[in-house]
Formats: sequence, structure tokens, C-alpha cells
Amino acid sequence: MQAMIEVNRLVKRFGEVTAVAGVDFRVQAGEIFGFLGPNGAGKTTTINVLTGLARPDPPAAAAVQADASTIRIAGIDCSKNHKAAQHLMGIVPDESNLYPELTGYENLCFCGALYGMRKADRQARARELLGKFGLAEAAGRKFAGYSRGMKRKLTIAAGIVHRPSLLFLDEPTTGIDVAAARQIRQLIAGLNAGGTTVFLTTHYIEEAERLCHRIAFIVKGRIVRTDTVENLMRQTGGQHAMDFTVSKDAVRLCAEIVAQFPGLQCRAPADGSIRIESSEPVRVGPLVRLMEDRGAEVSEARKIRPSLEEVFVAITGIEAGTMRQEKEKKMGGNA
Amino acid sequence: MKAWIAFWSILLKDMRAYYLKPPNVSWGLIFPLAWTGMFFVKSGSGVESVRDLLPGVVTLSVLFGATSLLAVTVTFEKKGRSFDRLLLAPIPLDVLMLAKTMGAILFGVANAFVPILLGAMLTDLSSVNWFTLVSGVVLIAVSSTFLGLFIAVSVSEVFEAQTFSNFFRFPMIFLCGLFFPIERLPQFLRPLSYILPPTYGTDILRASMSRPSSLPLALNFLALGLFCVALFGGSLLNVRRRWIA
Repeated sequence: MQAMIEVNRLVKRFGEVTAVAGVDFRVQAGEIFGFLGPNGAGKTTTINVLTGLARPDPPAAAAVQADASTIRIAGIDCSKNHKAAQHLMGIVPDESNLYPELTGYENLCFCGALYGMRKADRQARARELLGKFGLAEAAGRKFAGYSRGMKRKLTIAAGIVHRPSLLFLDEPTTGIDVAAARQIRQLIAGLNAGGTTVFLTTHYIEEAERLCHRIAFIVKGRIVRTDTVENLMRQTGGQHAMDFTVSKDAVRLCAEIVAQFPGLQCRAPADGSIRIESSEPVRVGPLVRLMEDRGAEVSEARKIRPSLEEVFVAITGIEAGTMRQEKEKKMGGNA
Repeated sequence: MKAWIAFWSILLKDMRAYYLKPPNVSWGLIFPLAWTGMFFVKSGSGVESVRDLLPGVVTLSVLFGATSLLAVTVTFEKKGRSFDRLLLAPIPLDVLMLAKTMGAILFGVANAFVPILLGAMLTDLSSVNWFTLVSGVVLIAVSSTFLGLFIAVSVSEVFEAQTFSNFFRFPMIFLCGLFFPIERLPQFLRPLSYILPPTYGTDILRASMSRPSSLPLALNFLALGLFCVALFGGSLLNVRRRWIA
């Protein structure tokens, strides 16, 4: 598959501080690629360099040309022609930075014009997006008077007004209410279904889990793991778990299961369920038969997957909740 | 073509959002009127002095009109990060900065015609070389705007843009021969006059009104043109160094 973004040895320093320390990754065309990490991990700096708002630094002071950072967007070498690559990009920054004195409609038309869209095309597109994002009634109101959720939605609309093939989304749902965040996630999934490649940074691990095909964990300017969501979850500890809901005698059944199947671990929480854990995949049939032979009715058997949050904590050692709180404190809102 | 669509949209947006706002329009009228009235009354020499005062008043009106708004609006947009939106658009940086400055240039030129119209009402301006005068006004507006741009891209805060603008503008009133010839300045201050663009602009306007000028007209145009190129080039370098670092 063709790479939409190809980054090699990306380094960015601010004085003595190294914000991004030699990052490599590829984003395939048509995927949603998540970039997860705590505050100051280098997420926004990476986006700024990719989009042309910052320049990469050489990997080391005495670096030779062959060691230089390389960034390719849809095959375009950004060190030579970032402006050509900018035609393909839509960018939604972490702050809603449209023009407060312009209306929602005017803002979208203006953003379309920045990408060379003709008047009739940008006006039609602005009306289409205002309808799609549920902002048609607020089209004539100034951006300054929009709620936070409306601002966020209009900022995303402005990022896609010129129909980019690659969309950068920096913390798209931070600081907005649950309903607006849900709507934005649906819009992102819809854009991707339409063929747009999405590069997403977020503090919300469950958001990345729901949306992304692949995820990179970035900590202190370094990528510590990149993989599909499925693979990331599979790799944590190699544990397999299943929950069974039984009609009676959960504790006694648990003891019998351990006796009959020595490779399994069993717990019986007080809610009438049984949790089976194993380093091998759990075979459901023999367990259900055993429980039914002992007179219990098994009403439900459910495979338990580790959450991406657990994976994130296991890989980075950073508590996801702490990361989320930090961001919300910074943005002064909650999602 | 695409870059020109962006150019016109940025210019029109700035005109609507900043330059044609009622407070700024009234400021653009009141400020030159106040300067004209003040110097006319102060000179006390009747309508005969209008053509002597006009070059200085016009230069001052353009200088303050062009620099005031641009320095503040660019700093304001940078602070609010809406300027990033422009930097991220696929527009060449020089076209982008020309689009951002064009509104201020037009505003500065419009400011110039307030005292000129007043002067035309008070005295006979039929002997004025209008081609030289308009060319001079445009060049003063461009150089003043680029000075405002240079200030805007050198600071981070809106208040810094205001104070830094005044750091340049107020000494210019005194040093650039606006209301008295540079030759009357103390010897040690005169070199400063020649590194400030309004010196050459006022001299062009003086020549257009058949008043004695200090330097040849061609030299004045050349010097002002060089200031424009240097200030614009310096501003682009500063944008690349500070804002796309």
C-alpha cells in the first residue's frame, strides 16, 4: 500500500530541549493513524513539522546530509517543496483558531479561498459542510459567539473545506462535551470511510481505540511502540480471559475448574460470574459442559480483551487517567 | 491563479475586518484632519503656507495610518494563532505577506488624500505635479507598511507592537524634515535622517509641490524603493526565522 506520510529520523529541538528525538513512522493511505502520548511528548511538534509550521533539525550537530530528517507526504519531499504537499493537507489545530469577527459561513469560504477554490465552489462547499456538521442555523453568526463544541466542529469543517486527502487532527475532542465529542468521532470515521487519511493526536485512549487502525505511542519525543490496535492488545502479557455468568455455586464451580484444568486460573467475584484466565486461548466447550454437569446454568460466556488503556500503561508506564486530567486542566474543560 | 484567489480573499477579509471598520475609518479621517489643523494654526502664516505644510502632514498621515493597524493586526492574529492558518495554506510566503500588507498600503494612501483634499479647498494646487505626488504617496505608504510589518514580525505581544511602532514613528516626526529642513538639525543628528524612509518621501512630495527639496528626485525614489525591498525582505527572513522555526 502507498505511504501517505513517511517520516525518517525526525528531530526537533528548542534550544537545549529535544522535543522530538529521531522519530520514524509511515502512515498508509486510507488509514487512521493515532499518535498517543502525554503532554510534552512531542505530538504537536511532530504535526507542526509535518505540516510546515516548523522545520526539522539535523539529528546531530555534526550530522552528514545522509542522516538528515526526511519527510514525504504522498511521495512529495517536504524538505524541497512543502507548499506542494500543503495542497493535500487539511489541518485542525488543537485550538479553534478561526476568525472571531467572521461568521461561520464566511470563515469556511475564506479557508476555501486560501486553497485556491473558486467562489461558487467554496460557497457551495461551505453550505454543504455547515449542514453536515449541524451548523446551518448558526451559519450567519460570528465565530466569536459559538459554543466550544460548535467552534470545534467549524474548525474541523474548515480543515476539510478543500477536500484534502490527508487530515491532521490535533486533539479534536479535548475540552468539549460528550455529545459533541461523539458527533466529531462519527464525522472523523465518516471522512475516513470516504477515503481521507487521518493523522490523529489525542489524550483520550478510548477515542484512539475506537477510531484508529494503527497507533504510535510517543513518550519524551520517542516512539516506544507502533502497531495495529488489535496487535497492541494481543501483546500485553499474553493473557487470555473469559467471563462466564452462571446461575449458582460460582465459588464451588471455580474450585472444580481449577482441579480439572490445571492450566487455568479462576476467580469468582460476588456477582455470580466466573473469570477464567490462561496463558493459552480458553476452550469454552469443556468448561461449559463441566459447569452444566454440576447443575449450573451458563447464561453468558464473554471473551475479555485488555483495554488499550491497560496496554498504554504497560508500555509507557504512564497512567492514562493522569494524562487525561492534565490535558483537561490545560484546556479548562471536560469531555 | 490559485495564489491570487488567496491574495484577494486575504485582502478583502482584512479590509472588512480591520480597515473599513467605523472606528478605523474615523481614525483615518480625524488623525490627518487634526495634524493639518494643528500645523496650519501653529504656522500662523495663512493659506500661503499650506503647500509648505502639506508634504509633512501627508507623510505623517500615511506613516501613522499604515503602520498603526498592520503592526497590531498581524501581532493579534499571530497571538490568536489564526495567522498559522495562513502560514499553513499553500501560498508562497511573499504573496501571503503582500496580501497581508496591501490593506494597510491602501489605508495609508487613503489617509494621504484627507489633507490633500483639505489643502485643495484652501489653496490652489493646480501647479502640483500629481504623478510625482501620487507616486510619492504610494511609495511612502508601501515603505511605512513594510516598516509596520517589520515591527509586527519582530515582537510577540500586541502592546509591544504599539510601543515599538512609536519608538520609530515619533523620532521620525522630528528627524525626517517633515516640518523644517533637515539642514536645520544639529550636524550629529543628520545621518539619522538619511536612514529613515520618510525623509525621502517628504522630499518627493515637496518636489511635487514645486518646493525646494534636499535631494534629487531620482535619488529619493531610489532610496525609498530600496527601503521597501530591504524592509520586506527583512520581514520575510524574520517570519521564516521566528514563525516557521
